[in-house]
Amino acid sequence: MLIDARDLHKSYMTAEGSVPVLSGVSLTLGAGETLALTGESGSGKSTLLHLIAALDQPDRGEVRLGGTSLTGQTDRQRAEMRRKSVGLVFQQFNLVPSLTVAQNLAFQARLAGRLDSAWLDRLTGQLGLSGMTDRYPEQLSGGQQQRVAIGRALAARPPVLLADEPTGNLDEATADTVLALILELVTETGAGLLLVTHSDRLAGRLSRRLHLRQGHIA
Amino acid sequence: MRRAALQALLSHWRRQPLQLLTLLAGLALATALWSAVQAINAEARRSYAQAASVLDRGTLANLTAPGGTIATDTYAALRRAGWKVSPVIEGRIVRGGQRVAIVGLEPLTAPQGALPETVGPAVPPQEMFSHPGVGFAAPQTVAALADLPDSHDLPRLVAAASMPPGQILTDIAVAGRLLDLKGSMHRLIVLPEQPATRRPLEDVAPDLTLTPPRDGGDLARLTDSFHLNLTAFGLLSFAVGLFIVHGAVGLAFEQRRQVFRTLRALGLPLGTLLGMLLAELLILALIAGSFGVTAGYLIAGALLPDVAATLRGLYGASVPGSLTFDPGWAVSGLGIALLGTLVAAANGLLAVRRMPLLASAQPRAWATLSGRAVRRQAVAGAVLATLGALAPLLADGLVAGFVLMGGLLLGAALALPFFLTTVLGICAGRARSATWEWFWADTRQQLPGLSLALMALLLALATNIGVTTMVSSFRLTFTGWLDQRLVSQLYVTARNEADGEALRAWLTPRAEAVLPIWSLELPLNGTVGEVYGIIDHPIYAEKWPLLAKVPDAWDRLASGTGVLVNEQLARREEVSLGDPLSIGEDWTLPVVAIYSDYGNPLGQAITGLDPLQAGHPELPRLRHGVLTDDPDGLLTALREDFGLPDANMTHQANLKAFSMQVFERTFAVTAALNVLTLAVAAFAILTSLLTLSAMRLPQLAPVWALGLTRSHLARMEVVRSLALAALTFVLALPTGLLLAWALLAVVNVEAFGWRLPMFLFPAQWLALFALALLAALIAAALPVRRLARTAPAQFLKVFADER
Repeated sequence: MLIDARDLHKSYMTAEGSVPVLSGVSLTLGAGETLALTGESGSGKSTLLHLIAALDQPDRGEVRLGGTSLTGQTDRQRAEMRRKSVGLVFQQFNLVPSLTVAQNLAFQARLAGRLDSAWLDRLTGQLGLSGMTDRYPEQLSGGQQQRVAIGRALAARPPVLLADEPTGNLDEATADTVLALILELVTETGAGLLLVTHSDRLAGRLSRRLHLRQGHIA
Repeated sequence: MRRAALQALLSHWRRQPLQLLTLLAGLALATALWSAVQAINAEARRSYAQAASVLDRGTLANLTAPGGTIATDTYAALRRAGWKVSPVIEGRIVRGGQRVAIVGLEPLTAPQGALPETVGPAVPPQEMFSHPGVGFAAPQTVAALADLPDSHDLPRLVAAASMPPGQILTDIAVAGRLLDLKGSMHRLIVLPEQPATRRPLEDVAPDLTLTPPRDGGDLARLTDSFHLNLTAFGLLSFAVGLFIVHGAVGLAFEQRRQVFRTLRALGLPLGTLLGMLLAELLILALIAGSFGVTAGYLIAGALLPDVAATLRGLYGASVPGSLTFDPGWAVSGLGIALLGTLVAAANGLLAVRRMPLLASAQPRAWATLSGRAVRRQAVAGAVLATLGALAPLLADGLVAGFVLMGGLLLGAALALPFFLTTVLGICAGRARSATWEWFWADTRQQLPGLSLALMALLLALATNIGVTTMVSSFRLTFTGWLDQRLVSQLYVTARNEADGEALRAWLTPRAEAVLPIWSLELPLNGTVGEVYGIIDHPIYAEKWPLLAKVPDAWDRLASGTGVLVNEQLARREEVSLGDPLSIGEDWTLPVVAIYSDYGNPLGQAITGLDPLQAGHPELPRLRHGVLTDDPDGLLTALREDFGLPDANMTHQANLKAFSMQVFERTFAVTAALNVLTLAVAAFAILTSLLTLSAMRLPQLAPVWALGLTRSHLARMEVVRSLALAALTFVLALPTGLLLAWALLAVVNVEAFGWRLPMFLFPAQWLALFALALLAALIAAALPVRRLARTAPAQFLKVFADER
């Protein structure tokens, strides 16, 4: 199992006191599986994704990534897990503005020490970015930037791709194109995909779907 | 509407207290150093004004004689011929180890205002003429001379606030007694109103020279260069402070762009918005300015004793070591704070004025410098530096020197972003790992936000290198020069002429040689200077520090057919080897050598002793240098056998130590200002890094999410800060050395009349380099610590805020 999350609890402290965000959420994701995580704003979708991506730690429960438990890992170990086991795609792309498209695409693969130039070239071509590798992110449209972000996440061939509203900033047609690309590449690499989305239409194109409501799997 | 709008605008500061503190501190620091310098200058100028009383040589016309003294008969003849003139004698005495200037005047004929206002109400005029007489002096001088064992012969001293420190004004008879001068006077003051019926001067006293009044006193003119130096330092610190203010105001405006748009969208007119921003800035400027002026007063109070020492050491100007509060400079301090704020904020205000109502916010647009802008800035820097370099070729004087230094400093500061961008680009191109590639590219991206602070650091470092090189070169030259100049092992001063003769007779069989150090003031090419007569002794040829000489200079000096002049006189009078120099009235000799004479504001000449004595029998014969193998034994014998008081004997080693002490104190104020400027620059980096760190999270969060730890990121931030400081130092070093050259070869020559050789001090550069890195490290410590401790939840907020 690529992702095995069990009984995850997470709450945040606010001025009004502790606010529970996740209350006993469990999920699994196997290789080649595509899972859509839907829910209202504030239902805990992003928090769940952050826990699985080793970006945050649960108050209770356990996340296993590729069979390795994240519980009790040090900051350094969690950083290594993010570098090598996870590909992340954000809504706002979060490209490094000071690096070119080519450098952004190769960035995580180089961090992970797994740069495969031939794969990167193919990926660049498949993403339709071949003619713009010398440009900087600010010179690209939103759809192009998101394609760079997807390429960056998949360049290291991670076993798991985690995408947090990757099409939230794009128009419908571009969103369809981007999702199609993600699914195509995930199928090609054999990675598991966990995709957070508001859109029922997009969620319907994935193999499985979980709905979160007030911190519980509905 | 206005109240609500103002509330919305001001609420920014409540949320950003650190930014507010930065703005206030930057402005307060800038104002403080500027005000401190102004306070010091005001205090010194007040002292000069006191010194330049109606008795000052430049204030009224004067009659002087070529030989230096005017006979009583000549004075009487002038009075009889209808001339309204008043006699003055001047000289110096030593009491309690300190030199006191004595000015004697004739109260009945003296011009109005010559005597302090205390005469009349507190001192009956007749007391001035009766024994022991009355002397007027500054309160601190009265206190310093009270109860000294050797001050019993002084007149009754009366404190007068209008008197300059270190001077006693008394009746001419009392002064004559103290100075051992009777029957002659040094000059005659020509009163402003003269009867038209008076006989022509050529008929009555053809030997006398009439010198018309001049604008401003000699002392003020002489010390102008020093005050210009101080003002330049003050301006530099002020400019560095303005860099901080510019950064803080720019950031505050940028962060409120959305608020400005919303306010305007809700109906607030642009003019009202600008008015509110202006009012906000002016209020902040007044608050910071008040703090700055107060701090400036304290800094000036702390620096003034050193400044007084400098002025005494370099120019013999007497300035009290304590500060008087002057509302004038306080108001000017506030004024400069307001002006500086407006200058620093002008860019931001213009941007608000031009801001389109519906454009989307562009983060950090205020600081974005395109490659073209950086190149344009570098070209402007090169133009400024070239103009500066041309200034000394096109114009003379101190102003040309300062244009050169200003052009150099500003040129280098403007070129810094281009230099850093280029070097960082090269580093990025050579990076092997993704992390370092990102690091260099990201550092390059941070440059616009940091470049102002780095420019401030460059200015501070270059100034530091320049001034330190100048002072150290001076110290090295001065030490060597002292060794050459102080040829005698012992220096003795006789109590009077008879004592002097006995002293010479006593010393001759006991010492290797007795070298008279006899001098008097005489016009040298028409300007009063010092003339020394020396005997023919091989020690002079062996040791005297000559800068240029004809082959047989010492022989010609001994034979009375040549004169030595100091560098100041040579430069001022533009005389070189072989040129004639007129000494007194009818004595002209060719210049056979030029010698260095550091620390002396006056022109000086050395002739053979015999011809000087022959022409000027009034030459005082009191001071002597003694060559001996046993200075300590001779000193004891002089005390015990000859009965010479300790105050009249000085060991060479003590004189050297004293001279070096004076030297170090002279430059203590420079060192203090150096450190303060560097501190302001370090503060500029700190505030830039702090403000940037608040904006860094969105840039760092993705890199963290991709697998770099917080501690790794923090370490890289430290390396970034150190790398930028190091690169800035690389450009500051040549700039500083050029600055040192400008100080030594242009400014010093104009200001003091001597040129010093330039020496290089790599150890000092290394120390300064370490200091710059330390400043960068300290500045980076707080933001880096904050980054290392940033909770993952903070990073996650960057992604959570996306929706």
